[in-house]
Amino acid sequence: MKPMKTLFAAALAGGLAISSFAAQAQNTIKVGVLHSLSGTMAISETTLKDVMLMLIEEQNKKGGILGKKLEAVVVDPASNWPLFAEKARELLTKDKVAATFGCWTSVSRKSVLPVFEELNGVLFYPVQYEGEESSKNIFYTGAAPNQQAIPAVDYLMENEKVQRWVLAGTDYVYPRTTNKILEAYLKAKGVKSEDIMINYTPFGHSDWQTIVSDVKKFGSTGKKTAVVSTINGDANVPFYKELGNQGIKATDIPVVAFSVGEEELAGIDTKPLVGHLAAWNYFQSVENADNKAFIEKWKTYTKNPKRVTNDPMEAHVIGFNMWVKAVEKAGTTDPSAVIDALVGVSVPNLTGGYSTMMPNHHITKPVLIGEIKADGQFSIVSQTAGLVVGDEWSDYLEGSKDLISDWRAPMSCGNFNVKTGKCGGAGK
Amino acid sequence: MPSRILLPLVAMLALLASAIGMTASAGPADDAFAKLASDQFAQIEQGIVDLSAIGTPEAATVLEALSETKLFYAPDKSLVIRKSESQLVSPSGAILGEAPAGLKQVRINNRVRRALESALGSLTLISPDPAKRKAAAEAVFKARDPLALPLITQALSRESDAGVKDAMLRARAAIVLASSESANLDRINAVELLAEKGDQDVLALFSTVKATAPATVKQAIDTAINTIERRLALLSSVQNALYGLSLGSVLLLAAIGLAITFGVMGIINMAHGEMVMIGAYTTFMVQEVIRARYPALFDWSLLIALPLAFVTAGAVGLVLERSIIRFLYGRPLETLLATWGVSLMLQQAVRSMFGPTNREVGAPAFMSGSVDLFGLTITSGRLWIIVFSLVVFVVLSLVLRATSFGLKMRAVTQNRRMAAAMGIRTPWIDSLTFALGSGIAGIAGVALSQIDNVSPNLGQGYIIDSFMVVVFGGVGNLWGTLVAALTLGVANKFLEPLAGAVLGKIVVLVFIILFIQKRPRGLFALKGRAVEA
Repeated sequence: MKPMKTLFAAALAGGLAISSFAAQAQNTIKVGVLHSLSGTMAISETTLKDVMLMLIEEQNKKGGILGKKLEAVVVDPASNWPLFAEKARELLTKDKVAATFGCWTSVSRKSVLPVFEELNGVLFYPVQYEGEESSKNIFYTGAAPNQQAIPAVDYLMENEKVQRWVLAGTDYVYPRTTNKILEAYLKAKGVKSEDIMINYTPFGHSDWQTIVSDVKKFGSTGKKTAVVSTINGDANVPFYKELGNQGIKATDIPVVAFSVGEEELAGIDTKPLVGHLAAWNYFQSVENADNKAFIEKWKTYTKNPKRVTNDPMEAHVIGFNMWVKAVEKAGTTDPSAVIDALVGVSVPNLTGGYSTMMPNHHITKPVLIGEIKADGQFSIVSQTAGLVVGDEWSDYLEGSKDLISDWRAPMSCGNFNVKTGKCGGAGK
Repeated sequence: MPSRILLPLVAMLALLASAIGMTASAGPADDAFAKLASDQFAQIEQGIVDLSAIGTPEAATVLEALSETKLFYAPDKSLVIRKSESQLVSPSGAILGEAPAGLKQVRINNRVRRALESALGSLTLISPDPAKRKAAAEAVFKARDPLALPLITQALSRESDAGVKDAMLRARAAIVLASSESANLDRINAVELLAEKGDQDVLALFSTVKATAPATVKQAIDTAINTIERRLALLSSVQNALYGLSLGSVLLLAAIGLAITFGVMGIINMAHGEMVMIGAYTTFMVQEVIRARYPALFDWSLLIALPLAFVTAGAVGLVLERSIIRFLYGRPLETLLATWGVSLMLQQAVRSMFGPTNREVGAPAFMSGSVDLFGLTITSGRLWIIVFSLVVFVVLSLVLRATSFGLKMRAVTQNRRMAAAMGIRTPWIDSLTFALGSGIAGIAGVALSQIDNVSPNLGQGYIIDSFMVVVFGGVGNLWGTLVAALTLGVANKFLEPLAGAVLGKIVVLVFIILFIQKRPRGLFALKGRAVEA
């Protein structure tokens, strides 16, 4: 049983961390892995822990960094938000990790943010999120809304000539903020209020009959309709099943999702979903040598020829390589030096280009739109011509359109208001 | 493209032609084929349009292969059809021995898929299979290509199947109505015909046509839209009731096991949801074995899983009762904490064994798709779950009322001491009752695997709702559970369109709290151990 083995490996790594701390504290560089291995979020986060262990193992085979071996410190915050903050504190004060890779949900990130700022740690956050945040100590390697949501809407407008929009999401911060941005964006593009339907459902919603039939009704006015889904993980399967059962095909009302990737599709019969879309910065089906090598490595590492790769995994690969490069550039693992060195670092991503860490602690990425295929993979139907820079403060929201973030000296500010010329315009 | 109409005729000829060994044609078809051998969707779409206009049998073969994602192209732009894993043929039907190097699949996206559907729609109008003809008529209805009009008229004249004829009449009416060239009177007649069975597709058509139609037609459309909308509004409340019934039956299934363990025995069993999860994972295991060894039995997989899920979850329940719960009788708080701990352990155990990701449980053929009832769409999976939950309810009621075990169980519940004095081994009855409740939860898991994720978190989503149903219905009463589940389901579904899913749930919860204040024993109060305690 594979998960048993990885758990064992994690425990072993944790044990090693403690034993070697006493013996050879000077000779290793510690890397924190802060992902839930139990509880509701384990479904997504366990994979990221495995990726980190694989990357660290691989780096050690190359001789580590600055002549020292890397050592993973794996902790389990158990999908419990306050525990994330506790574990983060433990990593930074007790284990003295040089960098931490972790978190999935926005609320977990928000709960560790003050800890990382207080203790001056470095956190790499690999998941697409709602933006409207910038921290000196956090590096956002997942997509900001302009790197995922907005290009997806553009694609539907241009290629499918969509005129009516259903914004469906789970009721929490990421969908609410993303939908607010999208609504403002659509209205700026001339879509009328009556052509936008916004719907929120509780976490783990499983009875979609009413909503799907509402969508069907909303889509029967003769104008081309699409659903933009920010529905979170677990609720997706019943949602797609209901769509299939009520006979809504992708050719009638396409659904574009921001939280459905290869890993999520691995648990569903995808035949009724063929043609529905997802927007990401990476798909397993990207064809190039780097990606092929990575998929091979991942399958060998997990000893499972059916394991899939996904977007947040690629974000961790990019983040880890950036950190390695920055440490080598700075010549030290001291967080302040590494934070400065990280800005401007450029590493190859898995889609065949280079991603660069920008002064706002977000990275440049291409945006890909994929259609679901019958085998659970995506057929890439569109890719942005160039790279898109992550925009932390959305240009479409009243409170944030005048804000920018630049963590380089001398500005070194996460929310500089270009109108007033002052740091601290809004937010934190 | 007048020759699109020829396509089906030519397709018929194709059979003859290929039988006598037709030679490959050259010319425009080759150009169209070259267009397909591309990674540009716009070009592929153009290729499909060209091919359907050309209408050679090869074109038909290629289009069908494309719709089945079996079409590939070689670097020299020649097309290859992969008939099976090992057999490759060219569009003209010649068998290719070796796969050419660098073979690439012709990719399709939604635009290409739509072009394909409309091209193949007119192609299969005279197919011998009535289901295919109906699908073709529906494709024509959607595409509303005026050039398909003579073809559909011809297909109509020889159609014998009433259902298919109906679909074709509608398709023809849609074409007549949409075309600005047809006479106003014809268009008005078309409106009337379409309005007869007006659904949302027809409404969509009407609103599109209305913008450009002349005044008389517009008037007819307006009246028709009004009638349809009135009927749809009426239907939507029936639909809400049906959806509510379906949600209620899911609640009933999830809660009915708890009605035994919590309702009858008074055990606050927080691990109830995990019994449901165990049932769902049993279904998954059964399907895995069937898929690997006996694929022919797949449609029976759920039926096979039912007894196994009952036994597995029941056995886990039995162990749980014997090893933990029996030491905690009469201490509800400790029971709550202990079973909560057990639920976390069970979840993590499943997560370690099967991994944290969802597992795929397929639906047997008779449970997928939907049933159309007077314009209402009810998914067949949910229809079966309604039936199934009622069957479980009836069987369980019979077990409680008409078997010796049920009699003993009721005796122990109503007066433990007296029952013991009569020679009933009360501890064993407790264990078996708990196992029965857990087993029923396992059975519920089999059904829920059809509509929800099979993941370690499956049970968590149902535990609160289950307690709500049992408490609302009255502790210790199966009828109460039935009425409560259906009431909550229907109430939820009527609130959802008005207040949204999130607020609807809150309103229901507040209602239950107020109700319990007024009637602490729920809808149907019953005398029993729960009362004495």
